[in-house]
Parts: sequence; C-alpha cells; structure tokens
Amino acid sequence: MTDTTTIGLAASPDLQQAEQRISLRRIDRSAVLAVVGSGVGAMAFVWLLFTQFTAAGINIGMFVVWYLVFISMIWAIGREQYDPVRARDLVARVVFWSAGLVIVVPMIAIATYTIAKGVTALTPNFFFQDQSRVGPLSPAKVGGASQAIVGTLEQVAIAAIISVPLGILVAIYLNEVGGRLARVVRTVVDAMSAIPSIVAGLFIFASFILAFGGQLSGFAAGLALAVLMLPTVTRTTEVVLRLVPGGLREASLALGATEWRTTRHVVLPTARSGIVTAVILGVARVIGETAPLLLTTLGAVSMNWSPFEGKQSALPLYVYRLFQLPQEVAIQRAWTGALVLLLLVFVLFVTARIIGGRGPSHISRFRRARLAREGLA
Amino acid sequence: MTTIEHEVLDLNAYSSEAPRSSSLTARDVSAWFADHKVLERVNLDMPAGEVTALIGPSGCGKSTFLRILNRMHELVPSATLSGTVSLDENDIYRGDIPVTEMRRRIGMVFQKPNPFPAMTVSENVIAGLKLSGVKATKSDRRDLVESCLQRAGLWNEVKNRLGAAGGALSGGQQQRLCIARALAVKPSVLLMDEPCSALDPTSTRRIEETIAEIAHEVTIVIVTHNMQQAQRVSNTAAFFLAGEGEPGRIVEAGDTKTLFTNPADPRTLDYVNGRFG
Repeated sequence: MTDTTTIGLAASPDLQQAEQRISLRRIDRSAVLAVVGSGVGAMAFVWLLFTQFTAAGINIGMFVVWYLVFISMIWAIGREQYDPVRARDLVARVVFWSAGLVIVVPMIAIATYTIAKGVTALTPNFFFQDQSRVGPLSPAKVGGASQAIVGTLEQVAIAAIISVPLGILVAIYLNEVGGRLARVVRTVVDAMSAIPSIVAGLFIFASFILAFGGQLSGFAAGLALAVLMLPTVTRTTEVVLRLVPGGLREASLALGATEWRTTRHVVLPTARSGIVTAVILGVARVIGETAPLLLTTLGAVSMNWSPFEGKQSALPLYVYRLFQLPQEVAIQRAWTGALVLLLLVFVLFVTARIIGGRGPSHISRFRRARLAREGLA
Repeated sequence: MTTIEHEVLDLNAYSSEAPRSSSLTARDVSAWFADHKVLERVNLDMPAGEVTALIGPSGCGKSTFLRILNRMHELVPSATLSGTVSLDENDIYRGDIPVTEMRRRIGMVFQKPNPFPAMTVSENVIAGLKLSGVKATKSDRRDLVESCLQRAGLWNEVKNRLGAAGGALSGGQQQRLCIARALAVKPSVLLMDEPCSALDPTSTRRIEETIAEIAHEVTIVIVTHNMQQAQRVSNTAAFFLAGEGEPGRIVEAGDTKTLFTNPADPRTLDYVNGRFG
C-alpha cells in the first residue's frame, strides 16, 4: 500500500554532525609484528645454521627448515603474548596464507616465464603463416604456426561437438532420471576420467584408424580428445544440475509439467551458467593434450584446413616437435607456441568467468527485447 | 484501501472466464514412507469454493496429506498410500485423467517462495502454459499476466517491473507471484503449504487478502501453524494430531468457528489455545 505516512525518523538538526565510525577492520599490529619478526628471525637463524655453523649452503632444504622455524616462532610468540587458543589461531592463519601463496607463486612464475620466453618470436605472421617455408636456419620471426592454431581450434571444436551434447544428456540422465543403473553409469564416467590420455589416443588409433580404416587426421584427434572431454563435461554438468533447488522442480511438476518439460524449461535454464562453465572446463582439459595427438594426427608443417583429410598440426604438437630440435630458433618458436596456447586457455577462462559469472536471473538484451515486443516487459 | 476495491472490480470482469471451483474429498487415506506409517484413515471433505485450514503440530502429517491431494506425495521414491481422493466425482489416483492434468487442476503454493529464477516476472506467471504445453496467442498471454497478477494482488507493485527477474522481488512479492503462477493454469483447487511462514506480517496480510479474494472461484486448502490465520481465512478446519510413534490422524474437523471456540475434543481446545504443540 502506498498510503503509509513517512515516519519522522530523520535526526533533529543538532544531532546531524558527522558520526564517528568505528574502524572494524583494524589490523592487529602486534600480530603483524609477531609474524614479520618471526619471519626475519627465522631467516637469520637458518642462515647462521646453514652457512656459518655447517657447510650446507643455501639450498631448497634451507627454505623448508626456515618455514618450520618460522611457524614454531609464531606459535611461541603467540603463546607468550596471548593464550594457546589465540596462538593456534594465528598459526593456522599463517599456514593458510602461505598455502595460498604457494599456489599463486608458481602460476605467476609459469605465466611470466612463458611470456618472457615466447614474446620475442611473437609476430603477426605467427598467426597468419604456416611453417612450410621455415628452414632450419631461418630467423625466429620468419613463418608462423597458423596451421597449428587452426588444427587445435578444429580438433577441440570436433571434440566439443561430440562430447558436450553427449555429456549434458548423460548428466541429465544421472541427475534427473536416476535409478539403479545411474550409479553404474556414474562409476563408469568416473573411471573414464582416469583414462590416461595416451590410452585414449591408442584407443582411437586401434578402433577408428586400424579397425575402421579411418586416416590419421584432425578428426581422429578430435575423437580422442572427445573421449577425454566427456567425463569432465558430464560430471561438472551433473554437479551444477544437482545445485538446482528441488523446490523448483516441484513447483514445475505442480503446474502440471512433465519431467521433460521441467528439465527443458526450468532445470536447464537455471543451471545455464554452470553448464557453460562445464563446457569451458572440458575444453580446457583437452586443449593442451599432446599424447593422444601423437597417435591420431601426427602433426604437419603446412596448413591443412580440412580436419577430415590428411594430417593436421596442433599447438601442443608444434611445441613438442620444436623443443626436440637442436636449433636455438626452434626452441624460441616452441616458446611462442606455448605462449599462444596459454593465451587461448586464458581467453577461454575469461569467457567462462564472464558467462559463468552471470547468475540464472541474468536476462539477455535479446530476450528483453523479445519480451518487450510481446508486451511482457 | 481504494486499491483493493479497484482490484475487486477487475476481478469481476475476469470472473466470467474463471474456472469453476471443485470439491475435494479424502476417504480413508493412509500414507507410508517405506514402512513408516505417517497418516491413518484420514477422512475430510473440502467443499467447493471454500477455504479449508489444516492445523496441528509439526510432524502430524498435514503436509503429507496436502501433497497427497495433488499427487506430489508419490515423488518421494519410497512413498505409498491407500484410500481415495476425489476431485468432484473423479478419483484422482484411479481415474483416467493423467497425473499432469490432475496436478494442473489442483495447483500448489509452497512454504518457501520458489519463482523460477531464470524467468522474468511475466514469464513466471505464464510458465504453466509453457510447462503444460498450452498454446496461447500473444494477447492472451498478456491478458493472463495482468489478470493473474491482479488476482494475486501484485499487479500494482510489479506492473512496471514485468521484465525483472522473478528472484528480484521481495519474499512476500515472490510468494504472491507464485500464487499468480498457480492461478494462471486455471486450477479448480489451490493447495497452500504454510504459504506465509517465511513472510513478515505485512506480506502475510496481503496473502490473506488474496486468499479472501480468490476463495469464491477456487477451492483452497491451506496448512498453517498460525491459529489466528486459520480463524481469519478459513470456513472449515481440520485438526491433525500424531501420538508418540503413531501415524497422524484427524482429531476433529468442521466449521472453523466451532472448532476454535467450542471444540468437541479437549485436545483440540488445548491446541488452539496454545497449551501444547
């Protein structure tokens, strides 16, 4: 109702001076000092131990010992300054912080190292020219890896075209249909995710190429990648379908819907962003695979647009082959190939974050326009 | 309160196409989850065009009984039942009418508001058409959105936000949206499972007003833990009770006023006066 009157809650003029806010996220200075002090103290102690008292020298073991001393010192200071419960809390906090750092540091190191190594030979022709005119002594900026980029994109697309619909269907079966057989299927899918990638390649080589007479091609590579992609897509989709509240299914059934219409119009749209994430994770799982490609498409130096006829290159294969060559320029090209592969994965993940970050309530501009045309918005 | 009168006027315009309400009758209904018996020989008449309230302490089988009335009980894999439930003269479990059609005729509003998050307000209202495969023209759909939101008492609040996501509304508005969604498939009975338990008093009052406005055109069966609410909204009431380790039974059923002021059973008197449960 709009007829409620505004209640006079506004402060009277003499009370309207600025309020003093309490700083709620103040840093506990003594704890910070304890951590920093322990770090420095432990470093000094370990340095003395390794270089002055023994002849061990600076090595990996030194960092391990440093960390252990560091943690024990924090604990000792915590006990001294506060009480055992708070001391344990401080230690736990530092351990989790360092675990986070340990994950982030190698990630950044790998990325920066690859960028630094790969950027020298990264030129526009890397994307637009193939390797056919590249001799063993050509400078690194001659030629490119377009045949590998096209190969990777086509092979991954083939894998996705096969395993995304199949994976989503299986996930719907596992979660929306269920039954005793579903448990068996789930176990099989789990086992499938443990298949070594070389075995997937071997399987396609033995079945598609040897038994059915297919040729070494991008399509064969796509089949092998599909085998690897399927369990990831299936299990991730199943998890996101399980996150759809049961109340929505009940609401749909109570309106007189069949189970298929409930799945089609309620469950899948609600899980849409999660399913996009599942697809991207599946693609990311296979885009860097090398082993199955060795047995299915072998690689090529010149552009082959057709995934169905003749051997195709792929970025992981390109990197693998060039790293085996003795020339400095080949190694440089390999780094650039690795960098482009990294960029591809990065673009995929950013896309996934953008699409997957939108909740189910996101209504696209296209849909909004259609609703407006029908007078429903 | 001028807005209410306005809505009543629109309601009258709509009532010509509104469905006829039906009566529901339960005879000797017992229910089990696996070997655990939760309801025993429940008999209840829920007259057409009236509001029937189901009251009783938690765990006495009210919600199970309500879910039996539109065949939602059977969604639990281990659930079974016996007895007869009839919609007018049709046995809903043994008749020829398919389960989806039965559920369309006997709508349900749940305890927790559950609008479809991937749909807008207007899409939520007409979701039942899409879900039960009913074809409708654009203008029909537009009219249905407006009339159902009017009847659920929500139109004035959301008429400028029809394109917003269903989950963007407040809890009370979401629940009225769910009522509008249930009304859109033109049910002849509407079951409500504690529809106000998650709502604040103002939203509760709006829902009760909605119930009063739609009661003449659709039979309502409502489960509630709120004794005042049961007295305010219902014509007849049934008191469920389950003894220690026993299945739930109806202790007493009949005219709401009698049940609350002059019940035949002392346990009913104790319960409605808040002395146990």
